[in-house]
Parts: sequence; C-alpha cells; structure tokens
Amino acid sequence: MDQTTLNIIVVGLSFALYFGIAIWARAGSTSEFYAAGRGVNPVVNGMATAADWMSAASFISMAGLIAFVGYQNSTFLMGWTGGYVLMAMLLAPYLRKFGKFTVPEFIGDRYYSNTARVVAVVALIVISVTYVIGQMTGAGVAFSRFLEVSSTNGLLIASAVVFVYAVLGGMKGITYTQVAQYCVLIIAYTIPAIFISLQLTGNPIPGLGLFSDMSAGNTGQGTPLLVTLDGLLTDLGFSAYTTGSSPWLMALFTLSLMIGTAGLPHVIIRFFTVPKVADARWSAGWALVFIALLYLTAPAVGAMARLNITTTMWPEGVQGEAVAVEDLPNWFETWQVTGLLGVEDKNGDGRIQYYNDSSEEMQALAAERGWEGNELVTFNRDILVLANPEIAQLPGWVIALIAAGGIAAALSTAAGLLLAISSAISHDLIKSVINPGISEKGELVAARISMAGAIVLATWLGLNPPGFAAQTVALAFGLAAASLFPTLMMGIFSKRMNSAGATAGMLAGLILTCLYLFTYLGWFFIPGTNMLENTASNYLFGIPPTHFGPIGAVANFLVAYLVSRVTAEPPQHIQELVESVRIPRGAGAATDH
Amino acid sequence: MAEQPNNNAYWAANIRLVTICLVIWAIASYGFAILLRPMLSGIAVGGTDLGFWFAQQGSILVFLVLIFFYAWRMNKIDKEHGVDEE
Repeated sequence: MDQTTLNIIVVGLSFALYFGIAIWARAGSTSEFYAAGRGVNPVVNGMATAADWMSAASFISMAGLIAFVGYQNSTFLMGWTGGYVLMAMLLAPYLRKFGKFTVPEFIGDRYYSNTARVVAVVALIVISVTYVIGQMTGAGVAFSRFLEVSSTNGLLIASAVVFVYAVLGGMKGITYTQVAQYCVLIIAYTIPAIFISLQLTGNPIPGLGLFSDMSAGNTGQGTPLLVTLDGLLTDLGFSAYTTGSSPWLMALFTLSLMIGTAGLPHVIIRFFTVPKVADARWSAGWALVFIALLYLTAPAVGAMARLNITTTMWPEGVQGEAVAVEDLPNWFETWQVTGLLGVEDKNGDGRIQYYNDSSEEMQALAAERGWEGNELVTFNRDILVLANPEIAQLPGWVIALIAAGGIAAALSTAAGLLLAISSAISHDLIKSVINPGISEKGELVAARISMAGAIVLATWLGLNPPGFAAQTVALAFGLAAASLFPTLMMGIFSKRMNSAGATAGMLAGLILTCLYLFTYLGWFFIPGTNMLENTASNYLFGIPPTHFGPIGAVANFLVAYLVSRVTAEPPQHIQELVESVRIPRGAGAATDH
Repeated sequence: MAEQPNNNAYWAANIRLVTICLVIWAIASYGFAILLRPMLSGIAVGGTDLGFWFAQQGSILVFLVLIFFYAWRMNKIDKEHGVDEE
C-alpha cells in the first residue's frame, strides 16, 4: 500500500469518527446549540478548549517558528499560554456566572446599550473572520500535501466536513468533535517527537531531552544538545540558538499575545459550556494542561529537527565535507517534490553546502573552500514537523497520523471560530437587536442558517484570500487585546464603568490599533497604500505594528476611565448585576433564561 | 445576598489572591524569562541558563500551577464566605 492510500484511510477514519459524533450530539435547543446545554465536564471542556485553541499554525508551523529563531521566539510559547492565566482569573468564571451565550451579549447587557453590543459584534466578527481565513487555507494546504488533491479541493472538503457537524450539532457537536480532534492531534504530534528524543538523547520525554546530553552515536556525544546545536549553527554563520536581543520588545510582544489570547471570543465561549463557576476555574487549568502537552514538546521538536537536518547536510561535521547529492536520505527526495525543501548544486562539486551566505565571515570561508552560496535553497519551516516521522524512520501509519493531526487542528479551530461568528449574528444581532420577539425554534433555525452562511463566507475567503492574509494573526491578536479584553474586564472589576465610557474605550482601542497597523501595512492592508515604510526606524518609540496590542488596550482603559468619570454612573440594576456576576452562588439558576 | 459586607470581604479576598497570582505570573515570564535573564545567567541548566529554561518551559509550568492553585484556593474562599454554589 502506498503512502497516499494509507493517508486517505487514516484521514477518512478520523472523518467517520467526527460524523458519528455529529449525529450523536445533535442540538435540540438554542442552549445546546450555543453552549452545549452547559453540561460539559470541566476536564472534557479543557480538552475541547485545547483543540479549539491549537490551530493548524500551532500544529504545523510553531516548532519551525521557534527552531529557526531560537530563544527570541519563546515569546509565542509564553504568550499563547500565559493568556490562560488572565482568562482564568479575570474573565472566565464571572462570564460563566453571568450565564448567557455570547461575548457581545455580556457587553450589551452589562453596558445597557445596543450601541456597545453592536460595536462588540463588529470587533468579534473582524477578529474571528481574519482568524478563520488562516484556518481554511491551512486545512487546504494540509489536504493537498498529504492526499494529493489540489488545495482548492482540499479546502472544499474541509468546509463540507465542518458544515456537517457544526450546522447539525452547534456547540454540542463541536465540543465532542474537538475532544476527538485533540486526541488525534496530540498523538500525532508526540509519537515522532518521542522517538527522535530517544534517538538523540536517550530521554523519552522530548521536553526533558531538549535539556539533556547527546547520547552515544550522535554528533557531540556527551555534550548537552543545546550546546551542540549552538556550536553547529554558529559554525555555519547562523545566530546561536539560545541568545536573543531587545528584551523590552520581547516582553511587549509577549504581553500582546497574552492579552490577545485572553480576549479571543471563540475561546471565552468555551467556558460557558461547563455547569458551574467552580468548573470554569478548573477547566481553564485543564485547558492549559492539554495545551502544555503540545507546547512543551514543540520547542524540543523544533530544536531536534533543526539539529537532525543540519547533521544530515554535514555528516562529517562542519569542518569536513558536505553531504554528497547521491547520499541525501530518501525523505529528502520526497519533500523536495512538495517544494518544501530544495537543493541546487551551485558550484557543481556534487555536494550540498548548507550555510548562512549572508554572513561576512562565512563568505570569506566560502571563497577559501570554493563554495558559491548556500545550496539548501529552500528550507520551509513547516518541514520540521511534517518530515519528523521520516527523519525518525517511523512506519507509514505515523506519517498518515500527522496528516490526520494537521487536518484535525485546522478543523477544530475553524469550527470554534465559526460558532463564535454565527452566534454573534443569530443571538446578538437577530435576537437582541433586530427581532427580539423571535421564538426559540426560530432562533435555532436562524443560528443554523448563520452557521451555514459563515462557512460559505469563510470558504470563499479561503479560496480568495485577501492581500492581508499574512498579517491576520497580528490583526486578530492586536484587536482582541485592544477592544474586547479591556471592556470585558472593566465590566466585571469596575462598578462605576458605564455605557458611554465602555463604548468610547472600545472604539478608541479599535481605531487606534487599526490606524497604527494601516500606517505601516497599508490601508485595509492593501499593499502600497502604507504611509510609512514598515521598518524599525519609522516605528513610534520603536514599537512594531505586531506589538501594538497592549498600547491599544491602555488607550481603551484610559479613554473609558476618563469618559465614565464625566458621565452619569450606571443605573442601580446594573450595579446589582455586577455584584451578582462577582459571586458564584446562583450560577445554576442563571442557566435557563 | 442580604449580607452586603460579607460580599465585600469576599471580593477583597478575591482581588488579593488574583494580585498575588499575577505578580508571580509576571515575574516568571517577563522577569525570569526575559528582563531578568542576564541576572540568572550564572545558573546553568542543560547546556544553557535558567532564563532560557523559563522562556521555553518554566513559565508554562508556573502558569499551570498558578491556575490550579487559584481554582483550589478560590473554591475554598467561596465556601468560607458562604457564596459557593448549591
């Protein structure tokens, strides 16, 4: 059986599982469609949250993102986990106590204003739609890479699969499919990592292997893995793995990712599905346990894969001869076909020299040794995860599992985002603003139609990605940090915060962040319309647009505070609402509304 | 909810706990992993220094402990102030 057939069988089995769950977990009421009937066990919800959170990018790209930069990109590890501390202590339990279905619903009710509600809906849709585009294209790429279909067809298959279980099951269907998807993706991620860690360090836990000594039979035997890697990289003219620069910018970027994570609506609504406030607290902890299983493995995967590929290119060490073209391993050939790896014997010596040809020292050495530039011309960062099973010489079913895992990661995140979008439309726009008299049945139909509409829109955007697709992560995190997080937090922690203050604050955060991004990345991200060159010397106080979230959040807090001081305090019943959100007692009663 | 002062004491206890947790959260990530890394550079861990370990693993483990500690402690405070569920 060839690899593609095996991939199709494993991926097909995983789809059959998702469909089975969808039929079993059909939603019969709006409470089931929006919040899975609030009957989800906190550990199960933690697992679903982990799948909801970890996207195709976390699964396929993060190890590479860290491995190619090293210490400096630890910001992603800390930022994407530290946000859960904020969510667990500042948002999730209180919003669960409030006992409604969506994030804009809390903002609309707490600030007794449909204007605030609509601003929140707009923020939610901008954040979630930009985020979902990446998931759809990610799913398309995963399909095309493993199943030999075009990425267009891959994207259409992915949409059809999500359509079935999201429209049928709503949050209930999505929750239990996410649990299955988590299991698929974590198994796929850790099996190759364990084998590689064993081969290199003899330690079966990759996170510990990263800080262990190289075992017998490997380059640098007896010295720590990180020392070996640092040595190889600096010898080839790359920057060392464990060093970094500009700590203040690192801290600011970490903060931006943390606040942004805590403000992402598709993650927040997962905490509405547990039975009690105490469960929401535990559940945030469990979510981080399941996320940490992958996030503690990712830096090890990245470092070990980079080490493996480097020693493959320099089998006799950097001082010896480079690898001969005919000695390249089989997996190297396979991945060359996909365009993720590419070699070109520029100096025609039959060997492939891999080094940093923009380093001056290396240029001198290259002239001496007759090299004519780096010959590993393509080295896509995704390869570090995708080729892992082959590097570790694992059987074909492990490769097929990686295919199913990558697709599971993309689908689970896409489904969570689509639910956040569709519930904001059917519940906050249709039910709360346009037609408050709508029946429960009518709203359930509206919710399903909104979901179908959101999937069609996401598919279309995935097929015709706007020019700003590459900037979407920065945009989504920056906007979540600047708009939703501060407004939600003030709604809980400040009784004095009123409608005018919150609305003005949200708009200030949103507009300021968009303006800063547009200044450097172009108006609405249209290339060529940027007013300033996107380079460090132009940045205000040296802050890159990707790091702007916390500044937008501060603007939100400040404007909201000032406006609320000069306008009337919120009415008595709102102050009582804040009181009741702060104490857990009575959460069960708030379930039915 | 008749006993208003009781709720105020409860909320003050919550704020105190959140503050303590967030100070530790900030020290582990922004502190040890980034800004204070040069101060910890003398402490070797697996071929590199403690700051690198905090950046790639330590901070995540601290976050985990913090959330579970908060959940445990807060559920106890709920009971002490008679505002727990059921």
